[in-house]
Amino acid sequence: MIWLTPDEWAIVSLSLKVSGVAVLATLPVAYGLAWLLARRRFPGRIVLDALVHLPLVVPPVVTGWLLLILFGRSGPVGNWLEAQFGLTLVFRWTGAALAAAVMALPLMVRAMRLSIEAVDRKLVEAARSLGAGPWRAFWTITLPLSVPGIAAGAMLGFARSLGEFGATITFASNIAGETRTLPLAIYSGLQLPGAEAQVARLSIISIVLSIAALIVSELLVRRSGGSRAHVL
Amino acid sequence: MSFEVFLDHRVGERRVGLGFASDAPLTALVGPSGAGKTTVLHCIAGLRRPDRGRIAVAGIPLFDSAAGIDLAPEKRRGGYVFQDARLFPHLRVDANLRYGERLAAPDKRWIGHDEVVEFLGIGHLLDRWPTTLSGGETRRVAIGRALLSAPRFLLLDEPFASLDPARAEALMELVERIRDQLEIPILLVSHDRHEVERLASRVVTMT
Repeated sequence: MIWLTPDEWAIVSLSLKVSGVAVLATLPVAYGLAWLLARRRFPGRIVLDALVHLPLVVPPVVTGWLLLILFGRSGPVGNWLEAQFGLTLVFRWTGAALAAAVMALPLMVRAMRLSIEAVDRKLVEAARSLGAGPWRAFWTITLPLSVPGIAAGAMLGFARSLGEFGATITFASNIAGETRTLPLAIYSGLQLPGAEAQVARLSIISIVLSIAALIVSELLVRRSGGSRAHVL
Repeated sequence: MSFEVFLDHRVGERRVGLGFASDAPLTALVGPSGAGKTTVLHCIAGLRRPDRGRIAVAGIPLFDSAAGIDLAPEKRRGGYVFQDARLFPHLRVDANLRYGERLAAPDKRWIGHDEVVEFLGIGHLLDRWPTTLSGGETRRVAIGRALLSAPRFLLLDEPFASLDPARAEALMELVERIRDQLEIPILLVSHDRHEVERLASRVVTMT
């Protein structure tokens, strides 16, 4: 058993906090987007689909730069957040969470969208004919039947957030104890001479956490979705 | 009038046009497959919107394109027994039965949970999941679920299809009892002439 040093604990707990907050905050947004893309036909749907997928295909450093422009102190959104709520994102762990959230969003939306598309609309029609309005039909039929996709999306997003590097270092920078998550700490270790052992330990921790997240998501999905549902 | 249906609806290349008014307790809708029988039921239930027309059941207009009336499915209070049953797979039989019952206004209910369970002989199935039921069991639960939603009328789409003769006979007796004792208008879609002759006092043919 390898025991973690206090410094390593700090890095791991920061990583878990950043990823956890990122996923929890993104969950409703991702589900809403997934539902829109799965169930609604509207003008601009392809554009929305492309926008959601953007972080998956553009270089992460570009995503980080875009976040800097929008959410930086002088950016339109960042300025407003600071004036209204006194919330600063740049160089803070909340900024790292935002970067992780944006990078995780496409994966979460994809998993949830598939599971919403798999919910038979005929069941929703049956619920309506039994007296349920559109909202009640959503809460009692579509939502519970897409739980496997929600669980899968959340865990995939969590695993993705744990590994987030490019957008984070660009937008939130690499500040020890504030935005230095596992990948950033590994990167920092690589810049220092004689830190090979530390890099190896952090890398192993990172691999273990990611595998654990994937296995948990697979188990959750199997338990709620039967033998046919898979994340992996 | 139990059913007044005048509608014109285009589905892709196909055109479904139909007009009838029936005073019968049970009206049968017959015709070759592809004639649009299920489409008509969907229009009456509010699950499809006809391009034009007027639909009223027991004197209450549900749809009228000229008058701009189009009630939402949940406001029409039709008990629709789908051809493919459509039980909710994440709910046990009992929760399926209670789904519409819970949504029905207490003063509109005309049949109780125990009565339906007794009537349909599904007491031993209440704790089961829908996927574990046989075809006949599934259909009886679907009928029970529709009855418990306190419907003003019933739409039955091939309720006896693919059942063994004994089970089909039992279900037919059940429909006769609903027709004679409960006195709510029933519209039955069927391709079986014997079923139709036995149950319906009015037959509408689609081509």
